[in-house]
Amino acid sequence: MSIAAKFEIEYLQYLDAEGKQVRKDLPAFAKDLDHMVELYKLMMSTRVFDAKSVALQRTGKLGTYASCLGHEAAHVGIGSAMKPEDVLAVSYREYGAQLYRGVQPREVYMYWGGDERGNDYQNEPARHDFAWSVPIATQCLHAAGSALAFKIRGEKRVAVCTIGDGGSSKGDFYGAINIAGAQNLPMVAVIVNNQWAISVPRKIQSGAPTLAQKGIAAGLHCIQVDGNDIIAVRKAMEDALERARNGEGGSVIEAVTYRLGDHTTADDARRYRGEQEVKDAWAKEPMKRLRAWLVDKGVWDDAKEEAWKAECDEWMDNEVNAYLETKTQPVTAMFDYIFAEVPADLAKQREYVLSLEKKGH
Amino acid sequence: MAQITLIEAVTQALAYEMKHDDSVVVLGEDVGVNGGVFRATQGLQEKFGELRVLDTPLDETTIAGVTVGLAVQGMKPVAEAQFEGFIYPMMEQIACHAARMRNRTRGRLTVPAVWRAPWGGGIRAPEHHSEANEHLFTNIPGLRVVLPSSPARAYGLLLAAIRDPDPVIFLEPKRIYRQYKEEVPDDGEALPLDVCFVLRDGTDVTLVTWGAQVKETLEAADELAKQGVSAEVIDVATLTPLDFDTIAESVQKTGRCVIVHEAPKTAGFGAEIAARVAEECLYDLLAPVERVTGPDTHIPLFRLEMKYLPSTERIVEAAERALAAS
Repeated sequence: MSIAAKFEIEYLQYLDAEGKQVRKDLPAFAKDLDHMVELYKLMMSTRVFDAKSVALQRTGKLGTYASCLGHEAAHVGIGSAMKPEDVLAVSYREYGAQLYRGVQPREVYMYWGGDERGNDYQNEPARHDFAWSVPIATQCLHAAGSALAFKIRGEKRVAVCTIGDGGSSKGDFYGAINIAGAQNLPMVAVIVNNQWAISVPRKIQSGAPTLAQKGIAAGLHCIQVDGNDIIAVRKAMEDALERARNGEGGSVIEAVTYRLGDHTTADDARRYRGEQEVKDAWAKEPMKRLRAWLVDKGVWDDAKEEAWKAECDEWMDNEVNAYLETKTQPVTAMFDYIFAEVPADLAKQREYVLSLEKKGH
Repeated sequence: MAQITLIEAVTQALAYEMKHDDSVVVLGEDVGVNGGVFRATQGLQEKFGELRVLDTPLDETTIAGVTVGLAVQGMKPVAEAQFEGFIYPMMEQIACHAARMRNRTRGRLTVPAVWRAPWGGGIRAPEHHSEANEHLFTNIPGLRVVLPSSPARAYGLLLAAIRDPDPVIFLEPKRIYRQYKEEVPDDGEALPLDVCFVLRDGTDVTLVTWGAQVKETLEAADELAKQGVSAEVIDVATLTPLDFDTIAESVQKTGRCVIVHEAPKTAGFGAEIAARVAEECLYDLLAPVERVTGPDTHIPLFRLEMKYLPSTERIVEAAERALAAS
């Protein structure tokens, strides 16, 4: 018997759980320590933001919220590698990537706080990114369609989608990577494998030893990285983005991390996973190792940590206040964005609802 | 000027718009070299290239989701579902994203896309190739649901659908794809969406229909005329947003309303029209509203399918019942 084709999945890690550098060949961005400090700071502000969000929900000031605790390296790694003109299609917890691209915490609060205006990202480049996509994996095809638009127009832009381990089971994900391979689209799909799809563990999500290898079937470049090591995530992203931009094919990156929090604030993970597992995962979380590495390099210390933490708290307090001060939209807002112009038939219902409002109903 | 069929009018509209607007792209299964299984996209790939007339992998979910992505990036995709019965895997992308994107983002992102599908029965096709399911889309806010019923309306309405800034479900009555020809000037003139077309003026009974049934309904009006009955025929054309004013005006004049569609009766779009007539025209009615529809069954395989579809005779009988009631 001969071999028709042979494949392997590379695993990439620069920093181990203790922050020890396990590879000598640091990528260029990681040699810029000021930049690494910036990334650490954004990871920290993401964590402060996340804690604030959960607190808001627990005090009745936010609806259901999906926490990103533990995903900071993966998300900031994705967002920081992208160019402004690229497009990001997320699911619903990739705040670290979105904050990097200009989404404001108050917008996240507004969305989870029951106001569609939270999806109307005001700042570029997030303004041309997709909004949160709750139906699992559907956003992967939006990235594929965006990448196809870039290819048709000859634009050197890349569409990036993020997806969970559970989401990688869905046909939309397979469909997206399949057409990306078939049409050589400038697309990068990042599976942020946090081990849990609500209560269903990774091992019964797929029989494949890695989720990255799903891309092999589609003819894409595939790699698995330590998703708690921002250098690894960022490096894999940079390579994938450059290949895609140069017409050298799309990629699937599996970033292996752990969902340290509940699925959402409506979930209680203690129902389905043990304390020891979570404890073990905390030992590998992404902030600690990067802090240790930056401290070792002499560019970070406790005083800086405290000062930045205070700045983050102040930033988030401002954002929370801005969110809490936002007036509810007028009742007619539910009609005004269904079509470009309100059709005559719908206008009658709009008038009726408005008349109820005037009567105080 | 050339006389063309309904399917040729679809091709003509696609070619016109692709020529005049670089952002228009066509995608679907077999739409490229093969020109579509019904030849709706015949010759387009030769003219506009493999990227703008894209043969996709064989996955309806992919077609639908990629269409959303293209549209959000400012393209105007025209996606083809090969048959209406294969549109179900597209429903999630259509309902959860295409129909909601503008609303979700307060107008920041929009989906100016068209989903075309050969619709309805009567061509002796295999199972799943004869569905009439327009009512599944009419209850989804944010979609326009359009059914042309002649070559000229196919041309004008498809141009309008492509130019519309919001998603349009464009259901093509395949039974009349090649039924007859008419002159359709290739002048790029769109017809208005969101309006009904009054195809025949009358005073005694209003016949309301859309899609392929326009043919039988017009025939029924001819039959009724032989009996001295003057029937008004309305082609709804855009089901949602509905132009009910045109229907109301007619029913107020005739006092009788017969609704004809081939989809199953219960919760078909005829139910909506009947409800509106009850709400707005009850005291104008001289007779109960009649519905001539497919029964609440699956359309049978083709030996029985013509028994399922509303016939001219059934429409005439319904009108006669309405006339006898007063």
